[in-house]
Amino acid sequence: MRIPARYLSLVAVLACSALLGPAISAQSAKVPAAYAIKGGKVFTLAGAPIDNGTVVIRGGKIVAVGANIAIPEDAQVIDATGLEVYPGMFDAVTQIGLAEISQVSATLDVTELGDYNPELVAATAVNPASAYIPVTRANGITEVIAAPGTAGFDSQGGGVITGQASAFNLAGWTMDDMQLNRSVAMVVNWPSIQTRSFDFATFSIKEKPYTDAKKEYDKSVNELSDWIDRARHYAQAKEKGSPALYERDLKLESLVPVVEGKLPLLVIADDQRDIRNAVEFCTKRNLKMILGGGAEAWKEKALLKEKGIPVILGPTERIPDKEDTPYDKPMTQPSELFAAGIPFAFSSFGTSFSRRLPQYAGSSVAYGLPHDEALKATMLNAAKIFGLADQIGTLETGKLGNLIVTNGDPLELQTQVKYLFIKGQLTSLDNRHSDFYEKYRKRPQPQPAQ
Amino acid sequence: MRRTARFAALIVLVFTPAVAQAQNPSVIFIQNATIFTVTKGNIEHGGILIRDGKIAAVGADLKAPDGAAIIDATGQFVIPGIIDCHSHIAVDGSVNEGGPAVSSMANIADVLNPEDISIYDDLAGGVTVANVLHGSANPIGGQTIVIKLRWGKPASDLPFQGALPGIKFALGENPKRSGFTPPPGTPERYPATRLGVEEVIRQAFIEATEYKKQWDDYNTRKAAGEQGLVAPRRNEQLEPLVEVMEGKRYVHSHCYRADEILMLMRVAKEFNFKVRTFQHVLEGYKVADEIAASGAGGSTFSDWWGYKVEAYDAIPYNAALMTERGVVVSVNSDDAEEARQLNQEAAKSMKYGGMSANDALKLITINPAIQLGIDKRVGSIEVGKDADLVIYNHDPLSVYAVAQKTLIDGQLYFDRAKDIAGRAALDKEKQDLLAKEKKAAEDQKDKDKKADDAKADPKKKSNQKKKPPTNDADSGRAIAGGAL
Repeated sequence: MRIPARYLSLVAVLACSALLGPAISAQSAKVPAAYAIKGGKVFTLAGAPIDNGTVVIRGGKIVAVGANIAIPEDAQVIDATGLEVYPGMFDAVTQIGLAEISQVSATLDVTELGDYNPELVAATAVNPASAYIPVTRANGITEVIAAPGTAGFDSQGGGVITGQASAFNLAGWTMDDMQLNRSVAMVVNWPSIQTRSFDFATFSIKEKPYTDAKKEYDKSVNELSDWIDRARHYAQAKEKGSPALYERDLKLESLVPVVEGKLPLLVIADDQRDIRNAVEFCTKRNLKMILGGGAEAWKEKALLKEKGIPVILGPTERIPDKEDTPYDKPMTQPSELFAAGIPFAFSSFGTSFSRRLPQYAGSSVAYGLPHDEALKATMLNAAKIFGLADQIGTLETGKLGNLIVTNGDPLELQTQVKYLFIKGQLTSLDNRHSDFYEKYRKRPQPQPAQ
Repeated sequence: MRRTARFAALIVLVFTPAVAQAQNPSVIFIQNATIFTVTKGNIEHGGILIRDGKIAAVGADLKAPDGAAIIDATGQFVIPGIIDCHSHIAVDGSVNEGGPAVSSMANIADVLNPEDISIYDDLAGGVTVANVLHGSANPIGGQTIVIKLRWGKPASDLPFQGALPGIKFALGENPKRSGFTPPPGTPERYPATRLGVEEVIRQAFIEATEYKKQWDDYNTRKAAGEQGLVAPRRNEQLEPLVEVMEGKRYVHSHCYRADEILMLMRVAKEFNFKVRTFQHVLEGYKVADEIAASGAGGSTFSDWWGYKVEAYDAIPYNAALMTERGVVVSVNSDDAEEARQLNQEAAKSMKYGGMSANDALKLITINPAIQLGIDKRVGSIEVGKDADLVIYNHDPLSVYAVAQKTLIDGQLYFDRAKDIAGRAALDKEKQDLLAKEKKAAEDQKDKDKKADDAKADPKKKSNQKKKPPTNDADSGRAIAGGAL
């Protein structure tokens, strides 16, 4: 009885989100040829801010940025006087599009069965009609990466090699419209030595002896190592002119770009020990690594710096995992990483909290990170880290017209996004939440019962 | 070691009498601050005089009396201590007694843990009072208690004296256990629908009404001098519900959907009790008029949504919309982490729904105080109230604000400068302890080896069992990847 009931409610839920529809506000017939955003303070993130600047967008791309730019006759003008213009924000690890309601498994496509699934690609199942897309965008986030198998506020995650992460714009009719790069990284949940785990079935903490946990860890790392070795052999066998015979293997094929150093591993690890082991693992095998999570990256700054490993930080507003960590470490860590010269970006690791991205950055400024660095770590750095900086991250000629116009500091809590452009399109800020707000604030006073 | 840190600080603060005198003076003057009183406007360059734990004076023209300990707050902002109307900190073990559908006999007050590090963490975020609730596994859950975050004091010193106790109710998916798989071998528990949730609550109150009648009869006849009466058998499950009907215990009900909010109002009317607060109340904005008319408060999240079906209609405008319709609203944490930034969460209602700064501050100060019935004591900066205060380096409704000092009853329970200053010593203490442990292990090893050598045949080599190589970086070998 329960399953069909739940199924029914789901149909209703999905029907609802379908009604909200894709993002583009203007009717396709009436889309202006160009936009000119004029009069605002333009933070290009590629130089000093421009007072009274103009940004011209045409054909989806930025074609001019500066103080004295002629406004094309066919451009729709957006008056940004008194407002500020920034590149859109980029949330680099999310489950957006893959997860709708975290407690309803039928709405989840985050975590596949099995520990090694390198052939899976997030873009395959990103739902362009997800309610999270307009909600998140309304807070100034213009692009995200959906990362299979990752854990966060809305996701339990799971698996070791969990699949390929996909970067996409938060507007579009189909994923083909939205996609920035179908495969930006291979996601690995580093097999941490866990003696304690939370059991959702019984809502209690389960403990196991260290030796057992260690055995499981060794087994996983050995397996991971085997996968990399086999992928290398596969790549060699596949090489043109190689006499070796091989059968096509999707999993190994997907790992070839990894062993060739063309596709980075996004390795999720928080503990110092795990970070150290993961770095060593990747270094020994010449794998390009991006650290994700990185709660204790501050303990391995020298190593990360030496090996040139960038970090995608999990939410900064968290309590330290360990009792002997200073209470404010998650908020001060970004300033430490910056001082050490380690490239990093902020991220939500979630879906519903993706819109908190500017809050996570702002909190780090409160604890010492320079404001302009926080902007970069919210808008630009992840684009560089994932090889997307030719498309997004700054307001420069030739880049995608992904930008936000705000009434103030985009990291501040009360700031409103006034206009948002994705791929050069003025994009609606309406969303499930603003719709409900408008609907229910118009509710008449109920009549007293008779 | 954070725990050690706190305890080290405590020894100085509390247990050394001479120092304690200096650390905990009875007269304190906070000077030159921007003061957000919440109920009496804002004061620039103002002072707050604290005497014996209470606010003795507030104003722009105050001077420090002789002998007062001075806290200079030049350029800083003072607000009333933050009150978290939905917390689960300071609880030893699980917050859920999930066995029966009515677990009103369980009491959170019995399992307060004064050593929970979350108390310190939340203090560091400006929280001074928390409504510590039972979980939401049952339509009628356990008894709840309001505490002050007096870090370092024993459990007996945590309760907010004079605050009415509460009881947790829960509606919707959690009590009907939508996301819960019973462990193997345990049966499913009734109810499994919202229909059953209502029935469980009504049935419990029918029993409680009869129980109350038995006791009322007994007490009346006893008072009339009747001899040989046998008292009714006590029922610890029903007693708290009788207290609810007598107005001696507040109902804090977890809820999400509009229909279940209306359901509980109907049940409350039937049994003549009041719901004090609807907790979470994520669809409160849909029935805000009804909530306002019932006199219940709404205690909600800032912007949580979508984590389950009943949270899919949650909107960040909820606090502002309910407030517009006359509900007394607070923003709560339900989470030790979120509690540290309740000032930020409150500020979001300025963005979502256009609240004024002062109304946003009310969401985490005077409004939760009203909801918990402690607004005569806390929730604003007024003469005569408890000196529960937070000092920030910036406007607390800004993301850039960092709590610098937190006072409860005029005593400094958190001081950021001291926390930072103590870190090096703590780190050294940790390293020393590790070194000591390591040395002890080595000494033991030597001892064992000598004993083995003595026992062994002198011609043979002593046993030189070596541990197999490991991947464990902590062993000093730092080898990752067993294949290498």
